[in-house]
Amino acid sequence: MAGMTPAPKENGTGYSSLVAPLLLPTWAMIGIFLVLPVLLMAVYSFLTKEFRGGVIWDFTLAAYDQFFLNRGLFGDEPPTLEWTYITIFWRSIWQAAVATLICLIVGFPTAWFIATRPPKARAVWLFLVTIPYWVNLLIRTVSLKFLIRENGPLNESLMSIGLITDPLPLVNTNLAVQLGLFYSYLPFMVLPIYAAVERYNFALSEAAADLYASRWVTLREIVLPVVKPGIVAGCILVFVPSLGAFLAPDLLGGAKTFMIGSLIDEQFRGSQGNWPFGAAAAMILMTLVLIVLMIYARAQAKGEAR
Amino acid sequence: MKRLLTTATAFALLSGAAQAEGTLSVYHWFEYIPQELVDKFTAETGIAVTIDTYDSNESMLAALKAGKLGQYDVSVPADFMVQIMRDEGMLDTFTPEEMTNLGNIAPQWMDVPFDPGRSSSIPYQWGSTSFSVNRDVYTGDISSLGIIFDPPAELQGKINVLDSQNEVLILGSLYLGIPQCSTDREQLKALNDMLLNAKQHWASFGSDTSKDVLVSGDAAAGMIYNGFSAKARAEGANVEYSYPKEGHVVWMDNVVLLKDAPNRENAIKFMNFLLEPENAAAVTNYAAYTSGVAGVEPFLDEAIKTSPENNPPADAAPGVFAQVCDAETQKLYDAIWTNLKK
Repeated sequence: MAGMTPAPKENGTGYSSLVAPLLLPTWAMIGIFLVLPVLLMAVYSFLTKEFRGGVIWDFTLAAYDQFFLNRGLFGDEPPTLEWTYITIFWRSIWQAAVATLICLIVGFPTAWFIATRPPKARAVWLFLVTIPYWVNLLIRTVSLKFLIRENGPLNESLMSIGLITDPLPLVNTNLAVQLGLFYSYLPFMVLPIYAAVERYNFALSEAAADLYASRWVTLREIVLPVVKPGIVAGCILVFVPSLGAFLAPDLLGGAKTFMIGSLIDEQFRGSQGNWPFGAAAAMILMTLVLIVLMIYARAQAKGEAR
Repeated sequence: MKRLLTTATAFALLSGAAQAEGTLSVYHWFEYIPQELVDKFTAETGIAVTIDTYDSNESMLAALKAGKLGQYDVSVPADFMVQIMRDEGMLDTFTPEEMTNLGNIAPQWMDVPFDPGRSSSIPYQWGSTSFSVNRDVYTGDISSLGIIFDPPAELQGKINVLDSQNEVLILGSLYLGIPQCSTDREQLKALNDMLLNAKQHWASFGSDTSKDVLVSGDAAAGMIYNGFSAKARAEGANVEYSYPKEGHVVWMDNVVLLKDAPNRENAIKFMNFLLEPENAAAVTNYAAYTSGVAGVEPFLDEAIKTSPENNPPADAAPGVFAQVCDAETQKLYDAIWTNLKK
């Protein structure tokens, strides 16, 4: 910006005095929709739980104690590390990572295919990718359950062509959950990668081929570094909502085990609600995600410096 | 434009007329009262009724606690929530002289533990929670909660349980014959171990879906509310609702008079209106549970009157209400539930 608009020297105050008020909407947005809710959550996580929902304004570490320390069912055993919630977190992270990987494996070639079509066809393909997302997520998830259930169309047709003799037990399995997450979040992977591939100059690939680079080397050394921002954006956009998802685990996985999303959800409803603990779990989750993103950003910065 | 004006005038006239007789603010469950009944009340009394809805006892309690107490005249909490609201001082009381139709309450619902002698609440609808079995899959004896907690081979891996801490833990306690709100270590450990062991035979947890999984065949047996099971049967599933020998959970929704009700007089009129057998029956015909008012039979639809889900066999074990545990005890039950779902 500075390069494009040289500051008016004869009236140094005139222009810069406008900067603060012009930035006001931005600061208001960040303040009201980002800083305030996070602060609220942070404060609540240190408050005392009120029986049957709500909080008492006494500061305590009880919520974090409950998360990390196991004092036995009756609370009088010597504290050991509490694995319950760590297990729930680990299971959710693992599940989100697998969903992200599957989305990447399917999404990258899809995006590549679309980006290499003639411009008019691209619009049609993109339209086709986004069209299912005009339908509510809940309805799509329930429909998926109808399709894969034991006497549903998938099993019936597989059996009628003789591929299987007994229906595949798909509903209430991890496979069904993965399918649901994949189906829910695939466009979040395709669209950013498409945007990156579309800008890719294919003359670079030709130049690489002229210089005797194999296809693999071209992909690794030329294409991937150029479209990497798109891939990273896609992975983050899939990973983060998958981590907190509870529709797919509840409806397709049978809700037999807590996921991060359903664990936190349960703390804010029901007569057994525990708001400070829900806030603490959300804070811990956010901290984890931020650490991962910061490690990535640092690695990225180092890579660019190289 | 002209039409808009006419409509506006009509509304103004309507609200003017209503103000003459006053208003009534009802805080109610969603889809739990037929509109015709509300219209009938307005026609009889000239009182305009506004209804806001909620979808769980807890969200109703939270909203009232957060400052809505004083805006509503009546709400419709379940049994245990009546006790909680009474303990928190959120209910007003009425006298038998005011509640002229108090005598219409069926005798067994008069002296209830959550409101002895009925001074703040009147029955709305009641029902039960136990389990149903698909008779195409399993034809054996279903008179025990063991169907859910120690299932026969035919049903293993095909069971849905309610995703609701209270109901699962109470039915589990009934199965083991231990009291609710127990603080006995051995009993709680036994409950914890029994549930963990039973879980391997369960296919899914789901409350809203408890009817659909039985109809679709995803589950061959499941914990369910009696009205829901009747609906599953009506939708074509060959399911039988059990009143197990160990007992079952009974719940009752009640109309309560809220503290600081802005239209107390009208609230009393509304409650008396709901205690008329004909009006109570209209609610039952709509919601498919059971009324707590005596003498509703002549006004009931035939299908509801004779449904096996609403008419426990004469030798059925008694149902139990959910008890309200104190904070320390509740913590133990919360831990068992988290342990079950981790």
